Amino acid sequence: MFEIFGIPSNALFGQLLIGLINGSFYALLSLGLAVIFGMLNIINFSHGAQYMLGAFAAYLLLQYSGLGYWPALIVAPILVGITGVLVERLFLQWLYKLDHLYGLLLTFGLALIFEGVTRNYFGSAGLPYTVPDSLRGGQNLGFMFLPNYRAWVIVASLTICFGTWFVIERTRLGAYLRAATENPALVRAFGINVPLMITLTYGFGVALAAYAGVRAAPIYNVSPQMGSELIIVVFAVVVIGGMGSILGAIVTGFGLGVIEGLTKVFFPEASNTMIFVIMAIVLLVRPAGLFGRRA
Amino acid sequence: MLDVTSPLLAIKDLQAWYGESHVLHGVNFDVREGEVVTLLGRNGAGKTTTLKSIMGMVAQRSGSVRFEGRELIGSAANQIARAGIAICPEERGIFASLSVEENLMLPPVVKPGGLSLERIFDLFPNLKERLSSSQGTKLSGGEQQMLAIGRILRTGARLLLLDEPTEGLAPVIIQQIGKTIRSLKEEGFTILLVEQNFRFASTVADRYYVMEHGRIIDQFSNAELDANVEKLHDYLGV
Repeated sequence: MFEIFGIPSNALFGQLLIGLINGSFYALLSLGLAVIFGMLNIINFSHGAQYMLGAFAAYLLLQYSGLGYWPALIVAPILVGITGVLVERLFLQWLYKLDHLYGLLLTFGLALIFEGVTRNYFGSAGLPYTVPDSLRGGQNLGFMFLPNYRAWVIVASLTICFGTWFVIERTRLGAYLRAATENPALVRAFGINVPLMITLTYGFGVALAAYAGVRAAPIYNVSPQMGSELIIVVFAVVVIGGMGSILGAIVTGFGLGVIEGLTKVFFPEASNTMIFVIMAIVLLVRPAGLFGRRA
Repeated sequence: MLDVTSPLLAIKDLQAWYGESHVLHGVNFDVREGEVVTLLGRNGAGKTTTLKSIMGMVAQRSGSVRFEGRELIGSAANQIARAGIAICPEERGIFASLSVEENLMLPPVVKPGGLSLERIFDLFPNLKERLSSSQGTKLSGGEQQMLAIGRILRTGARLLLLDEPTEGLAPVIIQQIGKTIRSLKEEGFTILLVEQNFRFASTVADRYYVMEHGRIIDQFSNAELDANVEKLHDYLGV
């Protein structure tokens, strides 16, 4: 045991780890928001609820069909992603030409409905979801104890974030997406089915949220309000990183998770407000966000 | 049903609206295989809207657009592109978030028989040098225009809609674009060109249609150009 600035190392690294875990959820969720905003021009306020649906889908798959954590990690995002596709086809597609406010109100309303329905059937106490057997236990790193599941959450999150960034910035499909964000009419006139691409993008963004939800289930419990607790911070992350910037969402998500964790160690009273203080400063200095392009 | 003597593109009673405003009032003309046809007319005559309506980029349109005998008026822009028509828009439409190479490779190949990259670089040697440039919009105006034309040559589309490709460019670049259009014609491309500059158009076009207030008001062949110069000055207000 040693001390850094008078703080025991295990407390410091413990909070750093929690910061990275939270950061990995901030990053995944703000990434989904950024992808959706870039393509659909919709601020997806139901993102937190869709994250929660991912966790519930994993819980229900385990209860009723015996599908464990690993299959749920794939099946739950697909199921919730399909509901996203339906939402886009039924509602969102009519809003693209209107003010942002309409999309925001619609998705906010959907979030309330999703939360209300799950609370009605499952209560708000929270349901346990156990860590898969293969990821029980942990490693003693000498200066701290690292639970295997948490290490996995961070690695998996980084992988998905990098994978998404790679697809968008380095592949042909990504070039279609970026081009369609700039000038959808021309991309369509080149022979690409842009409306279909928009629908699938929303489905993918929602599936990302659900994927985060499945991975959160063993850490935070499964409860109807798990999304709304997180989404406020995630929106602050998106504002700080810059709306629509993929890399910005990833870097800011992890960075702010770590800053939040460190604040808990050095100045615990400020830990809940630190991110919003940073948001206020960024808005004053760089209104488009740290990585944002000016509109 | 396909009549061998029928034109490649036949436009009949094409009407188009932007919201409340009625822009095209029944446009009629046709383009035969292998021709370069130019639409002349003043600003606001409806030339760009005609191209966009053919391409399906104007939501409210009616009438008939037949391409290779197939009716396209009810088709979406992506289906029209797949039928073998490609557009080079007036604003060029180079994507800022894509590199030069990504811009060039963006339009998917819709039919066999498009130009190879080597052939495109033959036509536009500057493009090859700028290929590694990070951002498409960092190119000069002339280079952007070459990129905008070059990228649609890959796709295998046989009918090219070029909207004022010479606008705002230096004379030497305009000459290069003229040369390109003539060699594309030799390769069998059919081109529908929108131009304000009829001096430039006269170096490439087989036939002309003159538009005013959303209608075709006159037409003549390149051979008849000299006899019509007076009238053209009148139409175009130059």
